[in-house]
Amino acid sequence: MSAELTTLALSLAMAVAAGLVGCFVIMRRMALAADALSHVALPGIGAALALGIHPLFGAAAMLFFGAALVWGLERRTRIATETIIGVVFSAALAIGSLMSSGEELIEALLGGAGTLSLGETVFGLVAAVAVVLFVLAQRSSLVLVLVSPEIGHTAGINVARLNLFFLEIFALTVALGLRYLGVLLMGSLIIIPAATAKYLTRTLTGMLVGAVVFAILATLAGTLLAGVLHRPMGPVIISVAASLFVLSLFARRFTRLRSIGKAT
Amino acid sequence: MGTTPGSMRILPHVLEVEELFVGFGQLDVIRDLTFSVEQGSSLAIIGPNGSGKTILFKALVGSLPFRGRIRWAPGARIGYVPQKLDLERDLPVTGVDLLRAKARVTRSGEDIRGAARDVGLGDELRKPMGALSGGQFQRLLLALALVGRPSVLLLDEPTAGVDQPGQERLNELVHRLQEQRGLTVLMISHELSVVYRYATSVLCLSQVRACIGPPKSILTPELLGEIYGAPLEFHVHER
Repeated sequence: MSAELTTLALSLAMAVAAGLVGCFVIMRRMALAADALSHVALPGIGAALALGIHPLFGAAAMLFFGAALVWGLERRTRIATETIIGVVFSAALAIGSLMSSGEELIEALLGGAGTLSLGETVFGLVAAVAVVLFVLAQRSSLVLVLVSPEIGHTAGINVARLNLFFLEIFALTVALGLRYLGVLLMGSLIIIPAATAKYLTRTLTGMLVGAVVFAILATLAGTLLAGVLHRPMGPVIISVAASLFVLSLFARRFTRLRSIGKAT
Repeated sequence: MGTTPGSMRILPHVLEVEELFVGFGQLDVIRDLTFSVEQGSSLAIIGPNGSGKTILFKALVGSLPFRGRIRWAPGARIGYVPQKLDLERDLPVTGVDLLRAKARVTRSGEDIRGAARDVGLGDELRKPMGALSGGQFQRLLLALALVGRPSVLLLDEPTAGVDQPGQERLNELVHRLQEQRGLTVLMISHELSVVYRYATSVLCLSQVRACIGPPKSILTPELLGEIYGAPLEFHVHER
């Protein structure tokens, strides 16, 4: 398989994973956490570069640790997740910027150029498949717990464990984007297509399918446009996703006006 | 934490609570509470705001840590109708999505349309939750509690935010389901006339003290005045 095809397959797998995870991130009102979560990768990158190991693994390890830390703090202190994420991840950004150089930092945040190694590709594909399988297998439990953790308990769900797994899967999805979109922009690929789908759909399946479709559309169109415009891929992909979101606002207003027109 | 699995001997009670303490951090909202619930009975839980009614339910379903003992009879399955939920109105989740999710998680293989029919819901199930009226939404939550064939229903102010005709319909519905299926019902309620009409016993929680007994001996002006800290009046419907 050529390098371009591999990259395309990986980016599509990432789009599917981001879209699916994003639905529950949005419905759980954790949109800001996606941005904050991306910062926690930085100390990992810094440490990995200092130790001479691949930055991707440093970032992934740090994201896993960060998600577990947030989960543990939330359980012990019962402070809102948002507050804890805000504190933990801002601290991580500060430590991370002390540990890594400016150029490395920009690359990690906004995505780097260059071809992906075999290891990176395999990690990306395996992680994306794991994320997709988790969300599809756990969607019923996630929805019940979203509506009421107590209903989840009575249905036999281990709510604390499900929340931990969800945070870890969320962190893994952010780590996926590290070398490709950059962790900052990966947060956006998780949030924006899901927000667009939430706006336009009325059922859970509709939202999941919609988010995947918008994430894939943004990735494909963004990749093509980036080639034509000779611009880095990540920012173009996110700009396309954001444009689709803006269009969805108009689309919904239009369908509403039409339904009001029909009613009168 | 979590509910203690029942012992093998057959319990005369579906639920036994002994010396229960529940609270947040250092503060215990529920202190040294002991009571039991008979199979097929209807227990109403009353008390002023902040007396720990919802906290008690959360401990009973295993979602809050506690000290003391909570013992459910072996094989008891709980259906839970939570207090008014803080949900976004435009969540793209329909009644069908919710009922199907619970049927999948409990592996009950149930006909969710049947559960919906039992509570008088039809095409509304296809609408997003936010598009339902207060009464429809509470009936959806009741249908959701019924998926998985529970033997016990825990209802936390199920008629809050529902209009008067809807409230009566909902109360009658719960009562009918209880009789048809031999369910045990635990219901938190502020409507003392409803408590008087349907409950077989009343548990009152307050800062002053907890008490349990038949409605006639608990719902007296003197005791209510003591629990709520103010004289209360309510209209008694004849059974």
